[in-house]
Amino acid sequence: MTRELTYAQALREALTEEMTRDPNILLLGEDIGVYGGVFKVTEGLLAKFGPERVRETPISEAGFVGLGVGLALTGKRPICELMFMDFAFVASDQIFNQAAKMRYMSGGRVKVPLLIRTQQGGGRGNGAQHSQSLETFFTHIPGLKVVLPATPYDAKGLLKSALREENPVIFIEHKLLYATKGPVPEEAYLIPLGKAEVKRGGQDVTLVSYSRTVLHALEAAEEAAGLGISVEVIDLRCTAPLDLDAILASVRKTGRLVIAHEAHRQLGLGAEIAALVQEHAFDYLDAPIVRVGALDIPIPASKPLEDVALPGKAQILAAVKQVVA
Amino acid sequence: MPLTRPDLLWMYRTMLLIRRFEERATQFFLNGQIRGSFHPCIGQEATAVGACLALRRDDTMTCTYRGHGQSIAKGLDPQEAMAELLGRRTGCSKGKGGSMHYTDPAIGLLGENAIVGAGVPIACGAALTAQLDKTDRVSLTFFGDGAVNQGVFLETLNLAVIWKLPVIFFCENNLYSEMTPIRAMVGPERLTRRAEAFGMRSVLIPDAYDPIAVYETTLAAVERARGGGGPTFIEALTYRLVGHMIGDNEPYRTKEEVAEWRKRDSTVVFSQRLVAEFGFSPAEVAAVEAEVAAEIAEIARFAEQSPWPEPSEVGADVFA
Repeated sequence: MTRELTYAQALREALTEEMTRDPNILLLGEDIGVYGGVFKVTEGLLAKFGPERVRETPISEAGFVGLGVGLALTGKRPICELMFMDFAFVASDQIFNQAAKMRYMSGGRVKVPLLIRTQQGGGRGNGAQHSQSLETFFTHIPGLKVVLPATPYDAKGLLKSALREENPVIFIEHKLLYATKGPVPEEAYLIPLGKAEVKRGGQDVTLVSYSRTVLHALEAAEEAAGLGISVEVIDLRCTAPLDLDAILASVRKTGRLVIAHEAHRQLGLGAEIAALVQEHAFDYLDAPIVRVGALDIPIPASKPLEDVALPGKAQILAAVKQVVA
Repeated sequence: MPLTRPDLLWMYRTMLLIRRFEERATQFFLNGQIRGSFHPCIGQEATAVGACLALRRDDTMTCTYRGHGQSIAKGLDPQEAMAELLGRRTGCSKGKGGSMHYTDPAIGLLGENAIVGAGVPIACGAALTAQLDKTDRVSLTFFGDGAVNQGVFLETLNLAVIWKLPVIFFCENNLYSEMTPIRAMVGPERLTRRAEAFGMRSVLIPDAYDPIAVYETTLAAVERARGGGGPTFIEALTYRLVGHMIGDNEPYRTKEEVAEWRKRDSTVVFSQRLVAEFGFSPAEVAAVEAEVAAEIAEIARFAEQSPWPEPSEVGADVFA
C-alpha cells in the first residue's frame, strides 16, 4: 500500500522505525523534544522514546556534535540535529577534523557512525546566516557521506540507510521541502547511498540536480518538452559518494549536460561534475556544459532580491535552451 | 585503597619508560627519522602514570598531542607507539596517524588530538555511552591549561554538569599555553574556578610531580563518577622540562626556572622515595632501570626494523 506523506512525515517515520529497530540510536539537538524541532520532524519522538534517547541540548553545537563523535566511537548511533545548516560552521572542527578523519588517523581501528541531520537552503527570507546550501564543504572533505533527498520517498529510504551506515553521514534536508507531499509505501524499503535516480527520462539534454532543485528541474524539463526538447533529469540524491556512472551513462546518450543546484555556482558541485565529465566523456559532448547555481553573493532577505539570487525553473530552462542552441 | 608494592614499582617503571621513550624518540627526531610535529611529555610523567593507575582498562580516555606518556600508561603497546612515530606499518595506526593521533579502542584510548580542546567533548560522549548502558565505566580527558580558553571546552563542562556524566576533566597546568605563559591568557589564575562557575566539583593537585598525589585525587574523582556522582575537574600543577615541541628555543621562560623544576624531576625523586619511604632496596630500583633500558632498546629496534606501509595502502581506512 502506498500513501501520500509529507517529506517531514516520511523522515519522522524513518526515525521511528529505525529507533524501534536499533536501541543504540539516539537523538541530540536543540528544541527537538517537547517542541519537536523547529520543523516538527521529531514531534512525538520524546513521548515515544523518552528523554534518554531524545536529548534536548543546550545551544552548543560544537559541544553536542563532539559528544556525538564520542558516542559513535563507543558503539552508539547518535543523530545530531543541527537546526540550520549554517550552524555546522560552529561545529566544524568536530565534523571536519574529528568525525571525518578518525577512522583514517587510527589506521582503521575505530569507526564513527555519526549522523548529522540538518536542513538548508533559501526561499523563505531567512537571510544570509539561515539560507545557505553548504553540501560542497562536506563533499570536499574525505571521510563523510553526504545525502540530499528531494522527495518524501527518497527522504525515508535514504535516512533509513544512513542509520545503518558505519561512517559519518551529513543528511541534508531542505526547509522548503518539509511540507511537500509524495507517495511512500507502507512496506519497509531502503535506498542505498550513492545511487542516483533518473527522475525523468529524456534524449536531448542531461540535467543533473539534487535536493529541492530537482523539483525546479522537473518543471523546466516539462516546459522544455513543450518546446520539443527531451530532457533527462538525474537526481543525484547523494553528493558523496557521487554516482558518476549514472551521469556518464546519460551524457553519453544525450551529449549535453546542465548541472543545477541551489549552492553558489563558484566551486559548487557543478564545477566538479563538469570537470569529471570532460575527463571521462569529452568525446561525447556536443556543447559546453552549463552550470546553474545561486549567485555568488550572500543570500539576501528581501523577496525581490532573494528571487534573483536563487536559481529556479527559469534559469534552468534557459540553460537547457543554451546547450541545445 | 592503599598502593601495593607492585603498584609503586609499576608507577616508577612506567614513568621511567615514558621518559626514556620520549628521549629515544627525540633522538630519532633529531636524526630525521620522525617527521612532522613531536611534542614530548618529558617532565609530565607523574600525571600520566598517577591518573591512569586510577583507571580501568575498559574506561575511556582522550588526550592531547602531548599524549605519548598517557597512552602508554593506559596500556598502549610502546613498540606500536614508537613504530607509529617512525611511520611504520606496525604502528598503532599503520603509520597513518603519526605522533598526535595514537588511538587504541581495545584499551579505551579514543585518540590523542592535534586540535586543542577537541578531545574533551569526545570523552564526554563516551561517558554518555557508559551512562546510557548503565555500566560503571568512566571517561577521562587530559588537556592542558591552554585548552580552558577553547569554546568547546566550556560548552562541554556545561553538558557534563547538566547530564551528570561520569567523566574526569584532567587539566595538566604546565604553566604554558604552548609558547605563552597561561597567566597572561586567563583572568583568575586558578583554573578550577572555571569549572566551579559551571557548578562542577573541582580539585587542585598542588604538586602533580608526585604520582601518588595524582593517583589519590584522580581515584577519588573516578570512584565518585562510577557511583553516579557526576563529573570532576582536576587541575594538576605540573611542568614540562623541555620545549613545546622539538626546536622550541623557549624565549618565554628562564633557564633558571627550568633548572629549579629539574631539581624536582619526578622520575628521580620518586626513585629516591621508593627507597627512603617505601622500603625498596637500591638494587630493586636499579633493576627497574636496567629493565627499562633493555626494553627501550628493543622498542627502538622493533620500530626501526619494521616495514614501511605500502603506497598502495594510502587509500584504505577512509571508510568503514
